[in-house]
Amino acid sequence: MGESIKVKLVEMRGITKRFPGVLANDSVDFSVEPGEIHALLGENGSGKSTLMSILAGQYRPDGGVMLVKGKEISFRSPRDAIKSGIGMVHQHFKLVDNFTVTENIILGDDRTPFFCRLDSLSAKISRLGEEYGLTVDPGARIDQLSVGEKQRVEILKMLYRGSDLLVMDEPTAVLTPQESEELFANLKKFAAAGRSVVLITHKLNEVLSAADRVTVLRGGRTAAVLGREEITESKLARLMVGRDIDPVKNDSKDFAGETVLELQGVGAMKDVGRQGLRNITFSVKRGQIFGIAGVAGNGQKELAEAVTGLRWVHSGRIRINDKDITNLSPRVIADLGVSFVPEDRLGMGLVPGLGIVDNLILKRYRKAPVAGRYLIDYKKAGQEAERLVKEFDVKVADFRSPVSLLSGGNLQRLLLAREISENPSLIVVVYPVRGLDVGATEAVHSILLELRRKGTAILLVSEDLEEIIKLCDRVGVMYEGEIAGILPGGDIRPEEIGLLMMGSGISREGA
Amino acid sequence: MRRLSGFIYFEKRLNTPRASVFIITVLSVFLSLVLGGVFLSVTGHDPIEIYSKMFSGVFGSSFGLSETLVRAIPLMILGLGISVAFRMQLWNIGAEGQIYMGAFAASWVPLTFPHLPTYIMLPAMITAAMLAGGLWALIPAIPRAYLGVNEIITTLMLNYVAILWVEYLVFGPWRDPQGFNFPLSAPFPEAARLGSLGGSRVHGGILFALVIAVIIYIIINRTRWGYEIKVIGESEAAARYAGMDIRRNILLVMLLSGAICGLAGMSEVSGISGRLQHGVSPGYGYTAIIVAWLAKLNPFVIIVAAILFGGLQVGGYMVQSSGISAAVATMLQGAILFFVLGGEVFNRYRIRLGRREAP
Amino acid sequence: MTDTGQTNVLVLILATAVTAGTPILYAALGELLTERSGVINLGVEGMMLIGAVSGFMTAVVFKNPWAGVAAALLAGGAVALIHAFLTITLRTNQVVSGLALTIFGTGLSGYLGKSFIGLPLPVPFTSRPLGMLSEIPFFGPVFFNHDPLVYLTYLLVPALWVFIYKMRPGMHLRALGENPSAADSLGVKVFLSRYMYVVAGGMLAGVGGAYLSLAYAPSWLENMTAGRGWIAVALVIFALWNPLRAMVGAYIFGGIDALGLRLQVLGVMIPSFFLQMMPYIFTILVLVVVLGKNRSARTGSPGALGIPFDREER
Repeated sequence: MGESIKVKLVEMRGITKRFPGVLANDSVDFSVEPGEIHALLGENGSGKSTLMSILAGQYRPDGGVMLVKGKEISFRSPRDAIKSGIGMVHQHFKLVDNFTVTENIILGDDRTPFFCRLDSLSAKISRLGEEYGLTVDPGARIDQLSVGEKQRVEILKMLYRGSDLLVMDEPTAVLTPQESEELFANLKKFAAAGRSVVLITHKLNEVLSAADRVTVLRGGRTAAVLGREEITESKLARLMVGRDIDPVKNDSKDFAGETVLELQGVGAMKDVGRQGLRNITFSVKRGQIFGIAGVAGNGQKELAEAVTGLRWVHSGRIRINDKDITNLSPRVIADLGVSFVPEDRLGMGLVPGLGIVDNLILKRYRKAPVAGRYLIDYKKAGQEAERLVKEFDVKVADFRSPVSLLSGGNLQRLLLAREISENPSLIVVVYPVRGLDVGATEAVHSILLELRRKGTAILLVSEDLEEIIKLCDRVGVMYEGEIAGILPGGDIRPEEIGLLMMGSGISREGA
Repeated sequence: MRRLSGFIYFEKRLNTPRASVFIITVLSVFLSLVLGGVFLSVTGHDPIEIYSKMFSGVFGSSFGLSETLVRAIPLMILGLGISVAFRMQLWNIGAEGQIYMGAFAASWVPLTFPHLPTYIMLPAMITAAMLAGGLWALIPAIPRAYLGVNEIITTLMLNYVAILWVEYLVFGPWRDPQGFNFPLSAPFPEAARLGSLGGSRVHGGILFALVIAVIIYIIINRTRWGYEIKVIGESEAAARYAGMDIRRNILLVMLLSGAICGLAGMSEVSGISGRLQHGVSPGYGYTAIIVAWLAKLNPFVIIVAAILFGGLQVGGYMVQSSGISAAVATMLQGAILFFVLGGEVFNRYRIRLGRREAP
Repeated sequence: MTDTGQTNVLVLILATAVTAGTPILYAALGELLTERSGVINLGVEGMMLIGAVSGFMTAVVFKNPWAGVAAALLAGGAVALIHAFLTITLRTNQVVSGLALTIFGTGLSGYLGKSFIGLPLPVPFTSRPLGMLSEIPFFGPVFFNHDPLVYLTYLLVPALWVFIYKMRPGMHLRALGENPSAADSLGVKVFLSRYMYVVAGGMLAGVGGAYLSLAYAPSWLENMTAGRGWIAVALVIFALWNPLRAMVGAYIFGGIDALGLRLQVLGVMIPSFFLQMMPYIFTILVLVVVLGKNRSARTGSPGALGIPFDREER
């Protein structure tokens, strides 16, 4: 109230932001004290990233007031926000790949001299990094850095500009558990030095371990603001989801049917000609969910593409039901009963500009009954589409309007509907719940478990340890293109996976 | 309190009614003509006079009308050819060269075998023209398919080569000895001429255009191949994921696109001039790009749009008598494309203008 | 023919290569800036024509070629502004908008220049030997016996190189083309900068056109650029978006042009039509070789080239 001497660092009142068809923020209140770590908790789609993008000058609010250090402000661009001491580290890093670390950090900064003298600036950045325990080579090009290093560059960018408030958007999504701990230790140091941190997250344990205070968002509104002493896991979960959640239990029995997918010493290149996969060996059986864990970018994408025929394999063999499919065409492999739900749903899995019917025939436009020798029977295709849409509960207004207008959850249902309708013996699923809310996530998970019951072999690539632990019968952990280790499902400890994610277990299983 | 937060807002539309697409396109064309009129009057001409001269020149006489159709025929065929490639996001800017190569190949048949009967002569000319146009388009398609070489520049460069090649022929080896040194080939025999309709200059090429429009409509909307073209045009990643052969489709689609454009060359030399001559096309290949885009690649709308642009070109020639360059028609075409492009934004977004007060 | 005679012919060809390459060089430098900022403008041909006609008309009226250059700068920039508005603000298809600009520029220049066709230019740019430099054997006559617009490129090319690779705004320019959202998040003004570079590109293309009508020809003819604008677009790819390479490339193209002219004068028995085809065929070959052998031509292109920027894109 009025007598409080401590001025809030940031205060947002009644913030409202609309996107076409969505009310992302509905009169949200939010504030940050100096020197605190403030968690902004909410599930996907709750509006937390939107709120922080408004704070960082990325979006403009449709309504509401913002105060920084007691002064009312209105940001017209990120530049204004940075000038007011607010720096955001985005989930998808905003780095120029072919620039050096130094160039990325000084980019857009007014203090940079007209003729850049990169050497002296690099030295300055080195010192800044040492001061905060964020070591990174200032002369390295961004595309040579690991994900953790890139994140350090992002934080340094903001510290270099003297930010009082660091907004971290889902910072642990791309880190191993150990790297995450190190990050939190650093964030606590900043807070101790009087700076503030906003931690955007949907992970309860992060709130419990790091936050001084938490604001919970649900459906674009503020659900609660809690102090450290009021925080309990079950309370947070209820506030975040709006009801009690009883998660799907892993009733893994490891049915151990016959082998469906078998990889032996598979090697493949990345897009840019570097080694992407090295000597990968494992197998997936009928009715088994085989999880692939690991920090994104360690070869998961290449693995999924190698199995589905989209990537050239230069060594080793891949077999499906005992048939050698190494380097066969994607179409032949699909016809042998391999379905694929790729990471890039809209753009690879689905054609954004085409309608529902056209998208549902993507894998069968050459087969009866939809197609003849030359022509496509759109009437049959339409009936088929209606059936699938009903069965998988996809909410659509119009079968002809482009699928790019569907929500993330509906897109995933549509994609799964098509891939499952092919009755696959193996389905490769990559990051299936990324960006989905709790309801949609549970729907996808129960579809996968149902498939397992029916005896489908499932290769599940995931970055979410909870998902891995919840669903998988066996887990392979990838590190730098190799399988660092394979663990049996059932009772996996996150730390165990975490060690493998950093590559410290490679010798054990010995490939 | 009042706060200024910008002056133009875009909001993505979730659906666009067909009627509004039509209205916006018509309005865009109209606005570009208005702006063109303003420009004409600024540069010292009377826009009302020029426009009415263009209009009465085109619609005021059967000659104007038939000339409009005569010019519309190549625009229809080329627009259709271009639309196939554009559908797959292949920017075939080489229609101008392909029409020249088609004209060249079609002329080769009667000039080499002048005594063939009509029922062999015309099909032979059609085949030759389509082959030549298709192969000419295949030249840039191959490096595009295998090396990723941008086809915009290569197709365009080949236009100049094709034009120079035809010029070489009509100034050199194919020049008619009885032609008083004009850059013309010898005239074709009667068997190599497309019949004209009711004594006008409108010739059988118009039937080519209509047949091709129907065929393209069926290919795109009913066949497996058309489905592949649509998917590849929308997203190459999805096409690869579905196991489509993108390289093969690049080659095939460019071949088809070029073959159709080549046919336009045949219809010009056989239907109009009856000989190969300098300046087969006064830039039809470029105008047809506008036609195809304006029609949103719909084959039947292309037919209509081609007639409009044929009229615009005839109008341009009609005002030459008042000492104005026929280039005024080209300028208006460019302006129309600008406005139609700009107008599309209203189909994709709702636009809010002006200052907005935040509460 | 004696040795010196052959050298003289070579010098003549090379000197002509420089003048023939200069209009392409101006246009290519402009397109290079535009593309570096992430916008592709295929209207170079149209902008060059407008520069050529407005430069020529102005120079005739004011009896001063520099007035023509100024007019070409303004006119080229003005029509580029149309492309900027359509592609940056309205986010329309950059390829089609560029084509529209070429068609529009062709028509507009033909319309405006009608009464100037065939007029002599009273005050064209003429060669002025650059003192001592022009007396260096071989290099002197090749490089330092030209008109002032050629000399200007000797300054412009290194200046642009320093600007792009060594200066703060140049760094921002590169970031704009690679990752505009990164640049934007650090306060680089994406929209404003892109507007500036598209307009600057148009101005340089305008000067390139004016070079044709004020120095190279010097006269006005409809469509006098004859595809040079498109060659400039190809040259930018050949140059891997580097101004120094663009200069070398422009002189190679100029050389092929010049060679055609020379061979004709020397009475070589090749029909002139085939000699005229050479620059176009060469352009295609260059693109195939550059992109076929050197994959970095694709990785070297600005990462966000041709993609409209929308801060609130979700």
